[in-house]
Amino acid sequence: MTKPLKIVVLAKQVPDTRNVGKDAMTPEGTVNRAALPAIFNPEDLNALEQALRLKEQNPGSTVGVLTMGPPRAGEIIRQGLFRGADTGWLLTDRLFAGADTLATSYALATAIKKIGDVDIVIGGRQAIDGDTAQVGPQVAQKLGLNQVTYAEEILKIENDIATIRRHIDGGVETVEVPLPCVITVNGSAAPCRPCNAKLVMKYKYASCPLERQPEDPRADLYASRDYLNLNQWSVADVDGDPNQCGLSGSPTKVKTVQNIVFQAKESKTLTASDADVEGLIKELLDEKIIG
Amino acid sequence: MNNVFVYIETEGTQVAEVSQELLTKGRKLADQLGVELHAVVAGTGIKGKVEDQILPYGVDKLFAFDGEGLFPYTSAPHTDILVNLFKEEQPQICLMGATVIGRDLGPRVSSSLTSGLTADCTQLEIGDFDDVKTKKHYDNLLYQIRPAFGGNIVATIVNPDHRPQMATVRSGVMQKAIYEGKAKNEVVYPEVSKFVSPEAYVVKVLDHHVEAAKHNLKGSPIVVAGGYGMGSKEGFDMLFELAKVLHGEVGASRAAVDAGFCDTDRQIGQTGVTVHPKVYIACGISGQIQHIAGMQDSKIIISVNSDPDAPINRIADYVIVGTVEEVVPKLIKYYKQNSK
Repeated sequence: MTKPLKIVVLAKQVPDTRNVGKDAMTPEGTVNRAALPAIFNPEDLNALEQALRLKEQNPGSTVGVLTMGPPRAGEIIRQGLFRGADTGWLLTDRLFAGADTLATSYALATAIKKIGDVDIVIGGRQAIDGDTAQVGPQVAQKLGLNQVTYAEEILKIENDIATIRRHIDGGVETVEVPLPCVITVNGSAAPCRPCNAKLVMKYKYASCPLERQPEDPRADLYASRDYLNLNQWSVADVDGDPNQCGLSGSPTKVKTVQNIVFQAKESKTLTASDADVEGLIKELLDEKIIG
Repeated sequence: MNNVFVYIETEGTQVAEVSQELLTKGRKLADQLGVELHAVVAGTGIKGKVEDQILPYGVDKLFAFDGEGLFPYTSAPHTDILVNLFKEEQPQICLMGATVIGRDLGPRVSSSLTSGLTADCTQLEIGDFDDVKTKKHYDNLLYQIRPAFGGNIVATIVNPDHRPQMATVRSGVMQKAIYEGKAKNEVVYPEVSKFVSPEAYVVKVLDHHVEAAKHNLKGSPIVVAGGYGMGSKEGFDMLFELAKVLHGEVGASRAAVDAGFCDTDRQIGQTGVTVHPKVYIACGISGQIQHIAGMQDSKIIISVNSDPDAPINRIADYVIVGTVEEVVPKLIKYYKQNSK
C-alpha cells in the first residue's frame, strides 16, 4: 500500500574540487574560490533522483530541497525545481557561517523540525569539498531518526517500512528501516535525470529575497507568481540557538592550514626512447628492485 | 578516565585490519600521553574468537560486547554501546576506521556526545594549541591532520574543549605491529542490555553479502597506477598487462575512477587506499595532493607522463617523459626481454 510521502532532500553547493586548475590556489596557499565553479554536490544529485522516483511511485508525495549557504546557493533549489522538486528552503545567515559538520547538522536538523512531519530525509553520502560523510548521520542523530548510509537504491516502501540496498565494504547489504528515517546515497546509485525544459521555463526566475537587487526589474512577477518566491530562513526563522550554529557551535577548530610541499627528490629524467626504457628496466632488474 | 579508545570493527569473527593498524597508532599515542589503550568490540558470537586478534597490539583493556543483533552492524545498537560506554569511561581520544561502518557510526556518536570528529586523517600527533581568540592554552591535544578541499591543502584540526577527540583513519594509512612492550591485556564482557535499549534493534538486515577482495592492492610490492591521462577504460587494459608481467596490482587516481576508467576499490589516495609498495609506476597521473597522500611512501616512484612539469614528477625517482601509449608497451616488452 502506498501513501503520500513528505521528502526533504539535503543538498549542498560546492566548489568543483574535481577540476582544480593551477590557478585554484593562491601563492599564499589559500583556496582561490573564485577560480572554482560552484556546482550541485554530485552525490546530492543521486539523492534527488531517488527522491523523485519515490514521488512518482507514491502519488501525492512532495519533494523539497533544503540547502544551507550564502544567498547564491539559491541556485541549488532552482536546480532541484528544474528536475521535478516541488519546493525548497535556503538556510542563510551570517550566524551559520564557519560551521563544521556538527554545527551544520544542528542547523539542518532544526530546519527539518520546522518543516515538520517529514517521512524521509535524503542526501548525498558526502560533499566533494569536505569528503567527511558526517552530516547525514549527525542530522539523523539530532532528529532521533534511524539512518541508512551508502544507499544505492530504495527498493520499495510499504507499510511505512523502506527496503534499501546499500553498499558496504567489499559487498552489498539489503536492510529494512521504519519511516521516518534519514538516508544517504552513494555515488554508485542511479544518476539524476536532466532538467525538464518546461520546469526550467516555469522556475527560471525563482529566487530568494537576498538574491534579488534592491529595485528588482521583476518585482511585479514576484508579486503575481508566488511560486517564484523561494523560502529563505535565518537562524531566528528556524528558532535556532545561535550558540549551536556556525563557528561557535563547532567543536572542531582549524589549527593550521598548509599548502603542501612534498620533499622533492632528485629524479632521473628519461625519454620514451627504446634505449632509455630498456636501460631503466635493466637498472631495476640489476638492483633487484623488480624481479 | 582519559584513556585512548579504538573501536574494533569485525566481519563475523574476523577483526578488520584497519582496527589493528589503529591499535598500533593508539598505543603510541597512549604511551606519549601516559595513559592506557582501551579497545571496544561488538558482535555476535565473538567471545573467545576475537581477543587474540586484538590484545597483541598493546591493549590494556578490551570491552567485548557479545550479543544477538550486534552483527551484521546496524547504526543504533553500536551507537548506544559507544555513547554509554564513553559516558562512563570518559576517554580523551577515540579512533575508528574510515570504513563504511566507521563513517556511519563515528558521526552518530560524535553528534550524540557533541564532540568533534575529523574524517579520513592521514596523520595523528600530540601537540599544544593556543586559541588566538580566547587566549587559552591547551596541552597535549590530538592533532588531526588531513588533506582538505579536494586534497589541495592540508589542515590540522583540533578539538580543544570537547571529549573524546574523535578521528577516523583509512585502511593502510597506519601500519600495524605487534606491541613489544607490556600491556595489561584485561578483557571484560559487559552485559549488552545495560548499554543498548531494545528499540535500537529496529533496522533489519535482510541480506548481507561480502566477498573477499578481488585483489591485494594494499599489500602488493609493485603497483601500476593510472590516472585521467590513460584516456579510457581500454587504456587501463595495458596497465593490467604491465601489472601482470611484473606480478603487481593496478591502482588508479580519483580522476580515473570518477571518469569510469577503473573500479572504485582500486582508488589510491586520501579517499581511497594508501599503499607502500617497493615500486610505484604512475602512468598519466598528474599528482594531485589527494593522490600523493596515498602513495608518497613508496620506495621507488616512476612517473610516465607526457608533461615534464607534472607535479608528481617532483617526488619521482625516475621520470619518463612520453605518452603512456608509447612507454607502457615498451616497459612490458623490455621487461619480458630482460627478466629471466
